[in-house]
Amino acid sequence: MEHLLSLFIKSIFVENAVFAFFLGMCSFLAVSKKIKTAFGLGLAVVFVMLLTTPLNYVILKYMLGEGALAWIHPSLADVDLTFLSFILFISTIAGAVQLVEMVVEKFAPSLYSALGIFLPLITVNCSILGASLFMQEREYNFAETAVFSLGTGIGFFLAIVLLAAIRERLQYSKVPPALQGLGIAMIVTGLMAIAFLSFSGIKL
Amino acid sequence: MAEVVEKEKKEPLFSKKNLQVIKDPLDDNNPVTVQVLGICSALAVTVQVKPALIMSLGVIFVSAFSNLIVSMLRKSIPTRVRIIVQLIVVATLVTIVDQVLKAYMFDVSKKLSVFVGLIITNCIIMGRLEAFALGQKPWPAFLDGVGNGIGYGIILVAVAFFRELFGAGSVLGFKVIPQWFYDHGYVNNGLMVLPPAALFLIGIYIWVQRSRNQKLVNVS
Repeated sequence: MEHLLSLFIKSIFVENAVFAFFLGMCSFLAVSKKIKTAFGLGLAVVFVMLLTTPLNYVILKYMLGEGALAWIHPSLADVDLTFLSFILFISTIAGAVQLVEMVVEKFAPSLYSALGIFLPLITVNCSILGASLFMQEREYNFAETAVFSLGTGIGFFLAIVLLAAIRERLQYSKVPPALQGLGIAMIVTGLMAIAFLSFSGIKL
Repeated sequence: MAEVVEKEKKEPLFSKKNLQVIKDPLDDNNPVTVQVLGICSALAVTVQVKPALIMSLGVIFVSAFSNLIVSMLRKSIPTRVRIIVQLIVVATLVTIVDQVLKAYMFDVSKKLSVFVGLIITNCIIMGRLEAFALGQKPWPAFLDGVGNGIGYGIILVAVAFFRELFGAGSVLGFKVIPQWFYDHGYVNNGLMVLPPAALFLIGIYIWVQRSRNQKLVNVS
């Protein structure tokens, strides 16, 4: 239990998806001009991440890993399909996003109109696929995968809302014209990343 | 078939227009600093020059051939499922890159870790597929893929060069800064090997590029 809690804290702060691994940087920079939209995208990412990473874990465990097909027939025990993991992971994510979009549209129209345009964007958000690939590389078990995906999602949410808040304030400051927009956003993100580095001093 | 041959005759392989397609992304329409695509991996693999070089080769390969394949398929892909079709094409190509790296350059593949897989969601590739390959003939699409891959590679290698030079005092693993400097109190800049340095370097690159070329100010 303690181990899971420390993994959770670690994936939010110490190994923040955005500041330590630069995952999801594209939408992080593109959708952080207003707090409201950043909030919507952040929520959608947490939701999809929590759904797809455990799903991919199950796929990896029972279909792709070495000897994973043994439950069908003992003769398949030495089949190793791990090389297919990219294709299956991204298909799962694309499919899950489409499914989530339809379900949310049907049962929670208000949430749908809030998240609307961001849902399809999430398919190509690196942090979602990144979480699945980290799960595979670090060989987490199911509980760890669930906690890790929730933590990574919340970490992304936190980062994008923080940057949006800073960028809203930036509109009132004098930035050299050539540095406006993308340039200053990059440098601000760098400064935020330095701030997040201080979390790495925490012993977990 | 005859029609295709005739069109190719009308337009030589490296006509001015096609050269423009390959040259534009190198500076004026650079995917990373102007179109704001593919920043994720541009930052993560740039601690040293060697992984950055290999990563850019991988991206050039994937973007060129995915552009080519999607452009050839463009008339038979239904619009509603095009994202999934594109993802499958890209994922297949990335799997090839990943397997080749694992077989021939295992240490680099370990260093790049998940970032090879993340080429799939590299926005440059999806962005160029959506913006260019779906509406163009295969050959220009291929050139566009090569150009954007190289434009991405330039940024990657430039950032990696400075990070390795100041962070470890070497380039491509060779010591560049002489021992004499260290003896007299020069120290490697520890910040350069940490993630934030990449963000600062790209920020500065954008600043320099936009100051030189006023056209680009306020594009995003």
